Amino acid sequence: MTWETVIGLEVHAQLATKTKIFSGASTAFGALPNTQACLVDLGMPGVLPVLNKGVVDMAIRFGLAVGSSVAEKSVFARKNYFYPDLPKGYQISQFELPVVIGGQIHIELDGGVKKTINLTRAHLEEDAGKSLHEDFEGASGIDLNRAGTPLLEIVSEPEMRSPAEAVAYAKKLHELVQYLGICDGNMQEGSFRVDANISVRKVGAELGTRAEIKNVNSFKFLERAIMFEVERQIDIIEAGGAVVQETRLYDAAKDETRSMRSKADAMDYRYFPDPDLLPLIITPAMIEKVKGEMPELPDAKRTRFIEQYKLSDYDAMVLTGSREIADYYETVVAATGAKDPKIAANWVMGELNARLNADSLDVSESPVDASRMAGLVARILDNTISGKIAKDVFEIMWTSTDSADAIIEAKGLKQITDVGAIAAMVRGVIDQFPEQLAEYKGGRDKLFGFFVGEVMKATKGKANPGQVNQILKDELAK
Amino acid sequence: MSDHIDVHKVARLGALAIGADEVGAVGQKLNAIVGLFDDLAAINTDGIEPMAHPLDQVQRLRVDVVIEKDIHQYVQQIAPRVEAGLYLVPKVIE
Repeated sequence: MTWETVIGLEVHAQLATKTKIFSGASTAFGALPNTQACLVDLGMPGVLPVLNKGVVDMAIRFGLAVGSSVAEKSVFARKNYFYPDLPKGYQISQFELPVVIGGQIHIELDGGVKKTINLTRAHLEEDAGKSLHEDFEGASGIDLNRAGTPLLEIVSEPEMRSPAEAVAYAKKLHELVQYLGICDGNMQEGSFRVDANISVRKVGAELGTRAEIKNVNSFKFLERAIMFEVERQIDIIEAGGAVVQETRLYDAAKDETRSMRSKADAMDYRYFPDPDLLPLIITPAMIEKVKGEMPELPDAKRTRFIEQYKLSDYDAMVLTGSREIADYYETVVAATGAKDPKIAANWVMGELNARLNADSLDVSESPVDASRMAGLVARILDNTISGKIAKDVFEIMWTSTDSADAIIEAKGLKQITDVGAIAAMVRGVIDQFPEQLAEYKGGRDKLFGFFVGEVMKATKGKANPGQVNQILKDELAK
Repeated sequence: MSDHIDVHKVARLGALAIGADEVGAVGQKLNAIVGLFDDLAAINTDGIEPMAHPLDQVQRLRVDVVIEKDIHQYVQQIAPRVEAGLYLVPKVIE
């Protein structure tokens, strides 16, 4: 019996505005509790919400990026429920008329298989506050700093058929919202949260009953939660039972999902249009303006990197992994006169990435910024230093603010390219090792490497390796 | 006509404590309100676009600039319980 998995995802992307969706309070992360909750966020009587233009622009940007239609008219609605971290007793959301309708996300799976996932809609809403249940005897602590933070809820069609597809979709969306500059994508801080609707069915049958897993905050957990949930549902059905429509939580420590609330306790949200807010009208002029400010999107950038810099698919993929890394790379290439984009690529993907990973830093936090990196790459390209010496220079740059040139000068690392000087050193080395010379002449070709090593040692690594090889070959042949 | 308002369900959704002796009276009042909606529902609205707002105006937008200050010490004076800057409420999850 073959089971098919059906997955639809709802992603809450926190929009990267400076202020809340309906108030002028700051959205900065990590502030002391309740210091960023104003009267509007607190739901005090008599206050009125006023929509943030930044939020609307970001929704338009997203809509354009996924090829959807941006609604000319959308309406905010109240979603009513009681919870201590929801001061008004309702969440302002969009229901019947969302701001973004349709759209597509193109994913690529292992083995290069491509698939398109359709979006149902994306709508604007406000976030609730945070409840802290641990630290207070018999009480929960409420922090309303997050109340009113703008969210774009992006809803996909139930078109994913495996955990891998769901993860590929979520990652693509994650990359896209960051490229668009509409979400910082920080999953630890809850800026990008995923709910998964999961059901199983016999191939070709009607959709099965689904369970919803709430608030998954890592791609690894998303994959595991879906795998667990699919197994659970198949076991229930094969044992003659029926899946119950319910909301479940993924417990990463136990690697299982468990019931949060069943349909019997499902909320009746009693949506209705919010009388405090007028319909949101998005004019063609607003859309045109946002269109003019759209950044280059990941897929387009990837294709351009391959063509413009003659990079491999893999290199282009890594270097466009985030807008920051792509910008860094392009700054280095531009500053080095685009002579050899591959060398710059190797340095960004190799040394820089390794060092960033080792220090758990993001490229935007790199101690060596793109212009200093360009200074280093330029000296490799003009043969001032070898790639090997460049690694030593890079290490010094990492812990100092000196330029590559200053370090090369101060440490006397300039590559020796004077043929006469190298030849003299090569002859000196050959004279030093008559036994090895005799063996080499006797046919032990391997000793060539020994001579190269000795010459490099004698020059403290500063001789140009290509020249050393050539001159050594000539001298040994004499 | 809708004359079967489940008062207990409405009370639960509204987080209201309605005593057993009040259920009948509250039910009657609610049914009277629902009756008004039944009258409205009886009107033929075919082809009429639902009205999101009675005023024929559009939403004004606010620039994305922080204008609010920290007012927690002021507003927390009216909170029944506060600790470490947090509002304390009866435990939500056991």
